[in-house]
Amino acid sequence: MDFILEGRKVTKRFPGVLANDAIDFQLKPGEVHAILGENGAGKSTLMNIFFGLQQPDSGKILIRGKEVRLTHPAVAIAHGIGMVHQNLMLIPHLTVAENVILGREPVRRSAFIDSEKAVKEIALLAQKYGLEVDPTTHIENLPLGVRQRVEILKALYRQADILILDEPTSVLTPQETKELFATLKALAGQGKSVIFITHKLKEVFEVADRITVLRGGKLIGSATPQEKDESSLAEMMVGREVLLRVEKTPAQPGEIVLRVEDLSVKSDSGHLAVDGVGLEVQSGEILGIAGVEGNGQSELVEALAGLRPLVKGRIWLKGREITEDPVRSIREQGVGIIPEDRQKQGLVLEYPVDDNLVLNCYYQKPYNTGLRMDWKKVSAYARELVGKFDVRTPSLEAAASTLSGGNQQKMIIARELQGGLKLLIAAQPTRGVDIAAVEFIHRQLVAARDSGCAILLVSADLDELMALSDRIAVIYRGRIVGRLSAAEATRWLLGRLMLGLDGSKE
Amino acid sequence: MSVSESGLKVGARGLRRALKGDVASSILAVIASFLVGALIVLLFGYSPWEAYKALLQGAFGSWYAASQTLANATPLIFTGLAVALAFRGGVFNIGGEGQLYVGGFAAALAGIYLHLPGVFSLLAALAAGALAGALWAFIPAILTGRNPAILVVTTIMMNPIGTLLADYLLRYHFLGPGATTFETAPVAPAAVLPRFSDQSQLSFGILLAIAGIGLVYYLLFHTAWGFELRAVGYNPLAAKYAGMRSFRNTLATMAVSGALSGLAGAVVILGVYQRFVGGFSPGYGWDGIAVALLARNSPFAIILTAGLFGALRAGGINLNMATNLPVDLINVLLGLVICFVAAPDILRFLFSANWRLKRRPSND
Repeated sequence: MDFILEGRKVTKRFPGVLANDAIDFQLKPGEVHAILGENGAGKSTLMNIFFGLQQPDSGKILIRGKEVRLTHPAVAIAHGIGMVHQNLMLIPHLTVAENVILGREPVRRSAFIDSEKAVKEIALLAQKYGLEVDPTTHIENLPLGVRQRVEILKALYRQADILILDEPTSVLTPQETKELFATLKALAGQGKSVIFITHKLKEVFEVADRITVLRGGKLIGSATPQEKDESSLAEMMVGREVLLRVEKTPAQPGEIVLRVEDLSVKSDSGHLAVDGVGLEVQSGEILGIAGVEGNGQSELVEALAGLRPLVKGRIWLKGREITEDPVRSIREQGVGIIPEDRQKQGLVLEYPVDDNLVLNCYYQKPYNTGLRMDWKKVSAYARELVGKFDVRTPSLEAAASTLSGGNQQKMIIARELQGGLKLLIAAQPTRGVDIAAVEFIHRQLVAARDSGCAILLVSADLDELMALSDRIAVIYRGRIVGRLSAAEATRWLLGRLMLGLDGSKE
Repeated sequence: MSVSESGLKVGARGLRRALKGDVASSILAVIASFLVGALIVLLFGYSPWEAYKALLQGAFGSWYAASQTLANATPLIFTGLAVALAFRGGVFNIGGEGQLYVGGFAAALAGIYLHLPGVFSLLAALAAGALAGALWAFIPAILTGRNPAILVVTTIMMNPIGTLLADYLLRYHFLGPGATTFETAPVAPAAVLPRFSDQSQLSFGILLAIAGIGLVYYLLFHTAWGFELRAVGYNPLAAKYAGMRSFRNTLATMAVSGALSGLAGAVVILGVYQRFVGGFSPGYGWDGIAVALLARNSPFAIILTAGLFGALRAGGINLNMATNLPVDLINVLLGLVICFVAAPDILRFLFSANWRLKRRPSND
């Protein structure tokens, strides 16, 4: 038996899409195997097939050399496959132990859940694999990194030998990511096999023993990290040469565009999410805001955009106070906003591409002539933007919902980068976007900077922050806990500050 | 592409957008409900063939029948438009019945007491109806419009308040001289919406209703106001981020929606009864919800769905006389239509065996 899990010519077709085109895949026992690919490459479909969530149209699946039919996740679990989904599937109000045993509760006198036994078993399991967690804490009190550990425990509790992790690092801090990788290596060391889905190249080199690259539903190839470097893998993923590094010249900061003084804002649940923040962004520079998600970044952005009432503080744009201004007025004074959630905040998904491109200016001439919209002008303007920003869409009338994430994001960038922009507030501008689009968006942001725009960049992606920012401010629990120049910022230092630790050496 | 061609494309664009939607499933819903209705008729021991024949004759069998169908459809077009417009703006206005009732009452009062030269009496009466309806929708909107979920409750609660208020005013202040029934004095002849003939209840209101369809279509799909209204309706958060003021928008949406419901009442009062009659509405406001739902909130489809509902109401009377089947069968049919529209999966299951295959791929 060479392979613990094997897919032979696995094919899955959806209406209009060949999601998996005769894919051959082999997983060796005790290896960490990375599946690398852009959005839409077919990674998740393949994993869903291995976990019994979807049935292949043709092809075979072999587990320990025997052909199996994985008709349901329960069947896959019975064969020793466990999956950790990107959106963790835990119940916040229950404890770690309760979540782990869910559906497999140890029973006492055939009716009662044996909690003691459960807690003991889980503690033992956690110890065995170095997954440090207290089985009696409630999930809601745990940080995301630990919750993910619980998911892994859940799979191990069900005696999984094969672990599938779907983009596990997308929600983690650098430190948590490091811990996760250590865990994965430990698991592999004890004979478990791990499949690890990602589109981040760096991670592959840190943790994978082998790499399989998918593109457009096809298998492009398998390799070991020793055989490849980042740029050749990127080329395999995208199908052409990709510029991984952002090319930019030193910033030429000018006058102060955005000034924020002692800003405090409450979150939806009423606690103080932003607590006395002061910032300045100059024209021609990018100020990055680093932080673990949920430390007040979203509220900060909304407050600056006029979308959230302030508890206290004042905001100036080019010396003019805009503290009390409504969104539209702030926008009209030259502020563009790229919201963190493009589908919920950035686009009207049911609207066609052209309508979405005028969402911020439809009411102005020449699009609105008073009693009538001039749709011809709207179309002409939209066509121009679609061309300039390389938005791939079948037509201007296609609903925004039908476009890929990268193209949706390009639409928003195209819309927000227009018209005498003085300040761009960019929140997670490349989240969930494929490499090619990331490259394009980064170039647009740098170009906007070079043309004199001030940019406030909020991102959970440290690589992005470090590549783009001229200065970085770290936010922790609503406070700015560190300010660094691009040259001073290292992953290690940022990571410590993001966790609220002292930035100086240990 | 030549200039005229592109012009044509752009001109047709609003139209295509207005018609976009699940036409097929609405048609299927109607067919399915008639099939199930036939089973029910069979169960009662009657011939479905005879029943539907009687229904059809009652709705379209003569000029009189057809005009009654249109007369029934007239207020439904207005109330259907009211619900559809609000829906497009993201609010569920189920206060149509109350808005219609106070609209009818205000139109009657204006018709009785305002004496203006020429056509202005009629215009003033119609405007009074629209204003009263708008006010009746605006009150709950300004109180609770920031939370459209609550707005559903408050609009519905405004219904009994509106009808009972109008009935109270009628009973204690505006009963017609020597009236033996529950009604006001007739409106001034100049404020009457003329009928096409003495026998039929069909008035010029139908022309107003058709004009209303055009107006709502234009507002929704060719003005900046409509662009904003629909954007807020689809995604209020994105609208806010783009700088739109969704609360102000909701207020305007509700006011226009209420005005349309108020006009429905005004048109029935000024055209059919020519005075205010207590309890004059058999539920036009409620039926408007179904009319809009079946039309998928498309202004043009409303003429068909309101026509269908009007035909069923008109034909129901003949069905009862010709077959002894209770008029309530009509309500059963209408109820079935709503069920099938609201639960399209039932239809998909009934009409297509392989519906499971049509599921969309997962996101990668």
